Amino acid sequence: MSALWQADNLPVWLVVWPTFGAIVLFLLPARWRGMTGVSFALANGVLALVTVFFVMEVGVLRQEIGGWAPPLGIALALDGLSALFILMTAVVGGVVSVYAKIYFTQVVVDSARSSLFWPLWLFLWAGLHGLYLANDLFNLYVVIEVIGIAAVALAVLSGKTRAMIAGLRYLIAAVAGSLAYLMGVALLYGSTGVLDIDLMAERLEPGLTTRVAIALMLGGLLVKTAVFPLHFWLPPAHSSAEPPVSAILSALVLKGTFFVILRLWTELFGVSLTFMAGQMVGVLGACAVVWGSFQALRQERLKLVVAHSSVAQIGYLFLLFPLITVPATAVAGGFEWAPLAWSGAVYQVLAHGFAKAAFFLAIGVLVMATGNDHKASMLNMVGRLPMTTFAIGLAGVSLIGLPPSGGFLAKWMLLSAIISSGQWWWVPFVLVGSLMTAGYVFMILRLAFAPSQHEAELKSVPRGLQVCALLLAVGAILIAFPAEWVIDLLEGTSTFGEVVRAGAPVNSGEVGP
Amino acid sequence: MTWNEWIPLIIVCSSLVPGIIIFFLHEEAHRTRTILNLAGALLKLVLVGLVYLGFRTGEVYKFQFQIMVDLEFMLRVDALALLFAGLSSALWLVTTIYAIGYFEGSSNRRRFFGFFSVCVTASTGIALSGNLVTFFVFYEFLTLATYPLVVHSGTLKAVEAGRNYLFYTIGGGTVLFIGVVGLTVLAGPIDFSQGAQLSGLLENSAFELKLLFYVMLVGLAVKAAIFPLHGWLPIAMVAPAPVSALLHAVAVVKAGAFGIIRLVYDVYGINLAVELNVLWPLAILGAFTIIYGSVRAIFQDDLKKRLAFSTVSQLSYIALGAAVPGMISSTGAIVHLVHQGLMKITLFFCAGNIAETTGLHKVSELNGIGRRLPLTMGAFTVGALGMIGLPPIAGFVSKWYLSVGALDAGQPWIVAVLLGSSALNAIYFLPIIHAAWFKQPPAEGWRDLRPKRRFEAPWMLLFPPLVTALFSITSGLFAAMSWSPLSLARVIVERVYFLQ
Repeated sequence: MSALWQADNLPVWLVVWPTFGAIVLFLLPARWRGMTGVSFALANGVLALVTVFFVMEVGVLRQEIGGWAPPLGIALALDGLSALFILMTAVVGGVVSVYAKIYFTQVVVDSARSSLFWPLWLFLWAGLHGLYLANDLFNLYVVIEVIGIAAVALAVLSGKTRAMIAGLRYLIAAVAGSLAYLMGVALLYGSTGVLDIDLMAERLEPGLTTRVAIALMLGGLLVKTAVFPLHFWLPPAHSSAEPPVSAILSALVLKGTFFVILRLWTELFGVSLTFMAGQMVGVLGACAVVWGSFQALRQERLKLVVAHSSVAQIGYLFLLFPLITVPATAVAGGFEWAPLAWSGAVYQVLAHGFAKAAFFLAIGVLVMATGNDHKASMLNMVGRLPMTTFAIGLAGVSLIGLPPSGGFLAKWMLLSAIISSGQWWWVPFVLVGSLMTAGYVFMILRLAFAPSQHEAELKSVPRGLQVCALLLAVGAILIAFPAEWVIDLLEGTSTFGEVVRAGAPVNSGEVGP
Repeated sequence: MTWNEWIPLIIVCSSLVPGIIIFFLHEEAHRTRTILNLAGALLKLVLVGLVYLGFRTGEVYKFQFQIMVDLEFMLRVDALALLFAGLSSALWLVTTIYAIGYFEGSSNRRRFFGFFSVCVTASTGIALSGNLVTFFVFYEFLTLATYPLVVHSGTLKAVEAGRNYLFYTIGGGTVLFIGVVGLTVLAGPIDFSQGAQLSGLLENSAFELKLLFYVMLVGLAVKAAIFPLHGWLPIAMVAPAPVSALLHAVAVVKAGAFGIIRLVYDVYGINLAVELNVLWPLAILGAFTIIYGSVRAIFQDDLKKRLAFSTVSQLSYIALGAAVPGMISSTGAIVHLVHQGLMKITLFFCAGNIAETTGLHKVSELNGIGRRLPLTMGAFTVGALGMIGLPPIAGFVSKWYLSVGALDAGQPWIVAVLLGSSALNAIYFLPIIHAAWFKQPPAEGWRDLRPKRRFEAPWMLLFPPLVTALFSITSGLFAAMSWSPLSLARVIVERVYFLQ
């Protein structure tokens, strides 16, 4: 038993603790769940801090569970990238938990139903931790399923018809995505005989099977990350969920599958990827930026604006892949933009995580106060709900990428990497994306300053909810400052250190998926 | 960290901190808010004054914070920074007093003064930026901080003007962004070092340097309201008078003009700019804007709109001066930054006073207004004559330096432009002055609108334009003194041309 308390067991604790929380919460009576849930969330925060300190001190940690080395046993890996994602999940998740506690005690009538939020959310949290730590393709499949099911259940929590329909679509997309992924895994397992990522990377040989497998896995993950044109399920699902759920889905769940793509792309797929494969993924990202922003501009309901905006913001992440997937000949003179592209994308994850969660929480406040989320309900809000308007403004600043904010740093790094890689054709997409984002953010803010004709009395909203939204929005700004620390932490990541830094990540001449 | 390192940061924060506190104060906490505002403004002014004294004895003031590789936040005091910071902080103090009087009894004052302070923070930050990235950060920050001020009144017209304003400034900011990133990728982080970093690239990357210069110029030209990117400025006139005064004299337009000066002298350096031959489009556009703005101003009946087009015209003096290589011309450009600020803020204060005390907005309604508001119109007259370029008011000094500089550089056509502009200035300003002093007031009308106050505007509205008008005269009259804006401008220019 004493062995469990050793620091080496940290990865296990990260998964076990929230799972334990989920079970406890499930067994508790509904009225105790809120407070207990928040306590577990705060404990997760402490655990995340310990994790980050640990990674800063010790570096990459690989743990073989029960002392059985792969291929027999399974391994968990904890590095800078996982630690950073765990920290983001803890901070965003912690604030969202407090918001949820206040929100569900105030708003929702059917407490038996809404209190299911807590066990589901903790299951989801455990799944995310598992995802960040898994070093094994099958484990990844399992946690992706756990996350998918918990996420769908959360999305339909309100029980409204619209949410149910959207949830069904979400479920179908999620299941199709994980099945495609699983088929890819099966093919790779058949050809290499192992599931551990490190071992497989050593044994994997380019060939038709590998290419088909990669295409299947990537396709499945792209569906789950809602990359254009596979994003159809996202706007209805995210916009019809309860506000804390929307925040979790857009800030954390989407990033989970992106994390997997990033890991596999750099650590496993390397040998079989070609320049064209990177470019194709980049094109999807670029299209997502433009299309998502365009759709966001056209929406009449605020939650839909924000949901479509997620499609666009996720698109930026995929501009990373063409930049780190270039022929070996092209990087002979140095590959110095790769770390920049890498940290730019990670920063985009962080900035979007904070800003989008803040945005959804703020709109939740607005809906509570006015009863609907039509654009017109923003009218004259600057005087009536100043704190919430301010939160929307700050979150918007980060989404647009205006300084000083996390979004600005992300755009700065991505744009620098794009220019120094010579792939200048991505530049217009980044800029047009920023302008269109400014378009829909200020479309909302503009209304906040405009006079309204017949002003209905606002229902009172607990101050705590407004503070939570503002905290996350301020977070989206403040994360710009510890950039050097974040990048240092990322440099401890195995991928960042070896594959990206050394250059020549692809085998030129191969035809990719 | 020593005292000298913290001072630039304190100067910037002396308006940010009161601004943030104001947001958390109660709407009705007028007295606390006023004290905070004035304390911040005074502190900033005193600190800038102290730094000026220290700077003359060779002290170095520099604050650095490394955000990440190639991205450093740096505040640094140099002569040009002092000039602009001095202008911002002095005019902030004056405008604060004006705004307190102007908004007496109106609603949403907390919001106004909060964003107003944040706006000045951005403006001081622009002044003290020690490198291109920091400048860009504050340049964008300024866009955000001024938007709530433009739409402050909350009328549909104001909201539309705000949209227009954002359309131009966010667009310009994005263009500037790509220029800044491009230059950083090309040459590493860009300090304001008179082109020392870039001149080595002349052989291999001349095309890229030229392209990036034009890209950044376009980004800056939006805020500097250079034709054809000036469209937002006249429309933004719907903002309250203190905002117009601040926008037009200090914050936004000067940020653009100041940026152009930094770009030409400190990023590229005058020698490299001449070698790349990139200045002539700026000269031509500047000259065209000078004439265009003046011509448009003639046809505006709305007083604030007329002043706005006048600003469009006057700002391009700075761009034109920066585009003509030569010490005299550069001095003219830099000193006009201050002179135009002093004169234009006077004019906007006066326009605000006229509107506040009599409710008049149109030039055609101002007959005999001098009898009702003699001191205000006195200040207005000083500002207007200065704009025309009459000695000994400050505007004369700028125009003199610009003209002599143009002749010195062998470009006499610029003198013709300046003379033409003076004539046009006279055409749109003199009728106002004539009508105000010499025409008969209407039999009924403004005289009875506000019967309670029989003479002049309240002192808080009257005092600021009188002070700035006085400054406009003294900085022209005593231009040769060692503390005048002109002397500081000469120090700056000597550094630009000799200490490379």
